[in-house]
Amino acid sequence: MNGIIHSFQSLGAVDGPGLRFVIFLQGCTLRCAYCHNPDTWAPNGKTYSIEEVVEKVLRYKPYFSRNGGVTVSGGEPLMQWQFVAELFRRLHREGIHTALDTAGIGDPEGARLVLLHTDLVLCDLKFSSAKDYLRYCRGNLNTVLDFLRQTETLQVPLWIRHVVVPNLTSGTEHIQKIADLAAQFSNLQRLELLPFRKLCISKYQAMKIPFPLSDYEECTGAEIERLYRLIENHLPQAARARCFSAPAHP
Amino acid sequence: MNQNPWGSFNGGNWEQEIDVRNFIQTNYTPYEGGEEFLAPATERTQALMKKLNHLLEMERDFGGVLDVDTRTVTSPTSYHPGYLDKDREIIVGLQTDRPLKRGINPFGGLRMTREACEAYGYRLSDEVEKEFQYRTTHNEGVFHAYTDEIRAARHVGIITGLPDAYGRGRIIGDYRRVALYGIDRLIEEKKKDKAKLGTETMDADHIRRLEELHGQIEALGLLKEMAASYGFDLSHPAVNAREAVQWLYFGYLASIKEQNGAAMSLGRVSTFLDIYFERDLKNKLLTEEQAQEIFDDFIMKLRMARHLRTPEYNELFAGDPMWITESIGGMGEDGRTLVTKSSFRILHTLYNLGSSAEPNLTVLWSNRLPEKFKHYAAKVSCETDAIQYENDDLMRQKFGDDYGIACCVSAMRLGKDMQFFGARANLAKLLLMSLNGGRDEKTGLQVAPARAPYQEEYLDYDKVVEGMNFYRDWLAKTYVSAMNIIHYMHDKYAYEKTQMALHDTDVHRYMAFGIAGMSVLADSLSAIKYAKVKCIRDETGLIHDFETTGEYPAFGNDDDRVDSIAQEQIKLFLKALKKNPAYRGAEHTLSILTITSNVMYGKKTGSTPDGRKAGEPFAPGANPMHNREKNGALASLNSVAKLSYDVCKDGISNTFSIIPQALGHSDQERQDNLVSILNGYFLQSAHHINVNVLNRETLMEAYEHPDRYPNLTIRVSGYAVNFHKLSKEQQREVISRTFHEAM
Repeated sequence: MNGIIHSFQSLGAVDGPGLRFVIFLQGCTLRCAYCHNPDTWAPNGKTYSIEEVVEKVLRYKPYFSRNGGVTVSGGEPLMQWQFVAELFRRLHREGIHTALDTAGIGDPEGARLVLLHTDLVLCDLKFSSAKDYLRYCRGNLNTVLDFLRQTETLQVPLWIRHVVVPNLTSGTEHIQKIADLAAQFSNLQRLELLPFRKLCISKYQAMKIPFPLSDYEECTGAEIERLYRLIENHLPQAARARCFSAPAHP
Repeated sequence: MNQNPWGSFNGGNWEQEIDVRNFIQTNYTPYEGGEEFLAPATERTQALMKKLNHLLEMERDFGGVLDVDTRTVTSPTSYHPGYLDKDREIIVGLQTDRPLKRGINPFGGLRMTREACEAYGYRLSDEVEKEFQYRTTHNEGVFHAYTDEIRAARHVGIITGLPDAYGRGRIIGDYRRVALYGIDRLIEEKKKDKAKLGTETMDADHIRRLEELHGQIEALGLLKEMAASYGFDLSHPAVNAREAVQWLYFGYLASIKEQNGAAMSLGRVSTFLDIYFERDLKNKLLTEEQAQEIFDDFIMKLRMARHLRTPEYNELFAGDPMWITESIGGMGEDGRTLVTKSSFRILHTLYNLGSSAEPNLTVLWSNRLPEKFKHYAAKVSCETDAIQYENDDLMRQKFGDDYGIACCVSAMRLGKDMQFFGARANLAKLLLMSLNGGRDEKTGLQVAPARAPYQEEYLDYDKVVEGMNFYRDWLAKTYVSAMNIIHYMHDKYAYEKTQMALHDTDVHRYMAFGIAGMSVLADSLSAIKYAKVKCIRDETGLIHDFETTGEYPAFGNDDDRVDSIAQEQIKLFLKALKKNPAYRGAEHTLSILTITSNVMYGKKTGSTPDGRKAGEPFAPGANPMHNREKNGALASLNSVAKLSYDVCKDGISNTFSIIPQALGHSDQERQDNLVSILNGYFLQSAHHINVNVLNRETLMEAYEHPDRYPNLTIRVSGYAVNFHKLSKEQQREVISRTFHEAM
């Protein structure tokens, strides 16, 4: 079986616990306004077999230590759920921790098959209302919530991630609503607030398409800390301890 | 003197023979705990450090050299005692009579000394000029013997940085012997060795060794004399921690007064010293605060060590380095860790005194090191960028558990091995010279024997590799010959009497060859093999440029197609070197290390088939070429890890820079992840890594406003430098290197 893969990143330290080998899959149907990887939208590109990918991953096993492993990202990995399900199955056979970095969209049955071999789900919760989700991502919020419920049913540990765009997704009410939405899932371990960055602009320029949020400011570390404090009490006890991360070096 | 100068130490073979390792093994206390016991800088330490910082600032303002004594030729006893602050210093001793004042050492070469003085606005005194009219220096000796071919190879830069005009260095005296045995015992042992040697028939080798032993015994006497001028009697062993540090430091100090070798490393002293500290702490003769104070003072002294260099020298080895390398930690052969509380104390000086390039703190990493020490080291790396790591599990197999690192990556058994340092050959240039039938691609000069140059328009891998075989053999022979001449003359005219007195009389000798341009060569051959490379010739037929079309796998992506080329090329070069016997029966070794000379090597090398243009810098050491790594940091590390330490027993240097945000969200995560990186890298038998956790923006700001970052320390290639001490050109090269981002 082959997967369409955009690229490999041998050192991922911010997409799941420990050191991660990150596989970026090609293809996504969402068009999120702040998308960092517009070059992964198209569902075509270089293909690799499961064997080739596993062979690559195994080269990095010595670095995984107790908590590292593989994170499949994209693109939207669930677009290629057959490939991911099989890859994760094979990685489990090698004793490698698997994380799925997804927006939570796609075929529920496919998602279920992937989740059976998934040790951790990193799911983006991009907007708190169906209207905004449609407007800024061209997607359906209910699909995402259904997916999250599915992870809960299967008891796959869950990290929910939310990108903070100043003056778009940084409002007090909005952040609290995101926290409340996240808090309803009993498998939630962490809520990560990620600062909006504009490093991706060069990709948009190269692809000659406009970057929808070019007028928005980047988000500061201080702002992220402020928002974490705000939602501190909105999360269940189990998740609370792990949702705060110290700020990066200034 | 007491009947038993060693008091309560456990006895062992070390009492009968000079055997420092046995003393350590029978007396040290492994430490598995964390950093919580460490003491902050005392007021006294802070006051002294303030004074030193002020002097360092003045040195900076004076253009890098504070003062030069142009009249006195340096030796252990030629200066009056000098102090930073006589009343408050705990450990004393300076190279000259004033802090940061540099002495002159013309034994390596008079011209270098003269030029170094002039570069900083001084004039070498007439007395010294006159005195050295009647002496042969090391430099003169070498040039009397150099062949035209060696001169040409040196001139075009296919062999560069040879220690033919400066002290060779890379010899580590076992300074611990001074503390453990005292000078009288050491002299007694050397006299015994000399007497024994005297019973042999006198051939040239025996005569040389007798003369050397005479020099060693004399040097030990001078060391005692030097210490006496500071009010210390080194005849007997040190009786407490403070004396142990002082005795040991005097041994080191006498060595750097006698010699101005490129790298003057310290060895592996912290765990040895810990034995004295543990005893004094146990007997309540010291508090932790006082113990740390002694370490802080010792390190302050080391930070003041200086040699006078020329601008050309600085081009090769930038940042005024001394390579006072101290090897920390590692594991013992019996499975106990060699980490002690003093391993922590010496790293802790980076906090108590602020970050610094010297001494060159080197953590000997084993996967079995205590977890808490691993994490402490990672924390120090993330916060100071001042330390490097080397694979103890790899080196212990070859050198046992009492080796130290000379310079950056050169392991040797302390007091038992020494090496003949030999800079490096430029393998990228070897490729170009092979294509041009022995002509230099920059000047057109016929340097190597003439053969038919490469004829066709496009490069064919098999033909190119075939052509290299002939010129590799030529280069190896020329290189070994140059090295043999250099070290013959160095032994003759600038023998390291003090340092060799602190070795066993029978030492094992390495001859340490090196290569530069490894990744340029690997990528060039990969381009020839996997892409299309067209030759561009000038009117004389000289191939001086290339047109490369298509993609090729580049070193640094964990791609075996090109990594195997690199592996093969280093193996071939060592094999070629070994065909030529080395001076004094030395064992040939090889390193992949450039210090900062990768910039200069690049300057001297024409365009290469990998797409690098003429004059552009090489990557440092064994690093992949800048920004050709497309699969992230670990892929890059994996490529370097494939280079065999069996082949490159003199070390494989890799410099790794990552921005903090790519290493994890929080400080804790970053430290944990760095530990995982080091574990994974070294598990794959990699040898060395410099770690920098910093943003490119910080460097760019320091480039624009050096005054705002007087203490910014970064690891470059096997050592740390103060960023502001690099030339602008070298700073630009460091900024242009790959910073792993992976966001």
